Amino acid sequence: MLGYTITQWLFGILSFLAIMFGLMVVFSRNPVNSVLYLVLTFFCIAGHYLLMNAQFLAIVHIVVYAGAIMVLFLFIIMLMNLNEDSEPQKTWITKIIAAVAGGMMLFVLVGSLKGSEQLGLSTYGSSQIGLVKNLGLVLFKDFLFPFEIASILLLAALVGVILLGRKEPVMDKKL
Amino acid sequence: MCAVVFGLSLGVAAYATLWERKFAAFLQDRVGPDRAGWHGILQPLADGGKMFFKEEIIPNLSNRFLFVLGPSLFMMTALMTGAVIPWGADFVIGGKTYSAQITDINIGVLYLFGVVSVGVYGIMIGGWASNNKFALLGAIRASSQMISYEIAMGISVIALVITSGGTLSLREIVGQQDAGVCNFVWQPLGFLIFFICALAETNRAPFDLPECESELVGGYHTEYSSMKLGLFLFAEYINMFISSAIMSAFYFGGFNFPFAAELYNAMGLEAGSFWITLIGFGAFFTKIFMFICVFMWVRWTLPRFRYDQLMNLGWKILIPLSLLNLALTVVVEYFRGHIQF
Repeated sequence: MLGYTITQWLFGILSFLAIMFGLMVVFSRNPVNSVLYLVLTFFCIAGHYLLMNAQFLAIVHIVVYAGAIMVLFLFIIMLMNLNEDSEPQKTWITKIIAAVAGGMMLFVLVGSLKGSEQLGLSTYGSSQIGLVKNLGLVLFKDFLFPFEIASILLLAALVGVILLGRKEPVMDKKL
Repeated sequence: MCAVVFGLSLGVAAYATLWERKFAAFLQDRVGPDRAGWHGILQPLADGGKMFFKEEIIPNLSNRFLFVLGPSLFMMTALMTGAVIPWGADFVIGGKTYSAQITDINIGVLYLFGVVSVGVYGIMIGGWASNNKFALLGAIRASSQMISYEIAMGISVIALVITSGGTLSLREIVGQQDAGVCNFVWQPLGFLIFFICALAETNRAPFDLPECESELVGGYHTEYSSMKLGLFLFAEYINMFISSAIMSAFYFGGFNFPFAAELYNAMGLEAGSFWITLIGFGAFFTKIFMFICVFMWVRWTLPRFRYDQLMNLGWKILIPLSLLNLALTVVVEYFRGHIQF
């Protein structure tokens, strides 16, 4: 079809949808709609993982991001019932600063990705690397140290959340 | 195959509604529905017809698109889970091998989790779009309950996967139970945890807090009428059917049964015969039916939890228990020789 393979077509369609939904996240007036568009974006990204033979990553992406994290986001937004009228509007200075900061983040990301072609990371192992068993072997043999570092980072975040969310013990029992 | 599973899920769910009412009537010493057809056998059709002809109401202040999307999504995810369940052994007709399973993906267990975790969006979107406080409370209860119980369920399934030799394909999990004993023997605690979590994930009593009629009118489906309400109620029965199927496949050998090979030998059936698939399907269905009965028995016996009891059970009892189960499983499997260090 027009000189492209089916994989290239799928890549193009998924990328278009992901970018479109990503824009819709930003432009929706209603925060609940934003979250739902973000969920759709995650599904498109999971499709990209599938195209790269990373089945495990794709399904875990859906379970963790779409199935758990976004449900909690939705949960909070529904409880707070945000909308334009009650929400304090940001001034234009804040908006410009946010745009500049976001643009610099994009700059850093593009800069770091630009050099990744020479590293040849995408050809690590065989094309079956995305299967659960092969991925597990690689993670726990070749990349054990980074894996453990990541888990310590998560543990630290967990402890921090529990500390922040904990109610202060009531010292004064006489009420 | 797709159409067969689709029809099967819907048909079983329809007759599960009738069976639920008959079962409740039996437990409460009543007769139950007996007007439509012989012993009420046409009651599901009458119910369905009534649902279709009821007036359809969409609240003025609701988000119309999301209001319709909610029940559709809930129904869709309920039907999607049936795709990876192996309903019977492969059979050969005219030299071609047919599989009694829609697809055997090698991450079947994770696929189930993915679909179940997306299923909660149906309730959340529906409850929020209704623009009603009771519906919103029901939706929020449903989502927090499902997220809490998914963790314990996931950990108990990890233990099961270790027992099954590290495969995530449902066909292989069922297949390695055909000789010897079923997984329940090695995973009694894991099964108990999985069963309790399945009750909570399907929003069945005693975990039906999202629709808790004594506090929340109707919970997340308060504003729904006509067939959109029907979809919500109906999807619950499909979920119950599918989770019974998953429990039979995970812990009770699916379409295998004791002395199956001897029986097939005595009947003179060769491997690949359609009759083997059919008999295996019958055995699988008997197990599913028994689990559906247990679901109903629990519903009509136990009173509903209070919300803090529900959260305590999920986080303080089931999650530590499932971690203990995981540790025990690793020790047991090490001595059985399934794990090498």
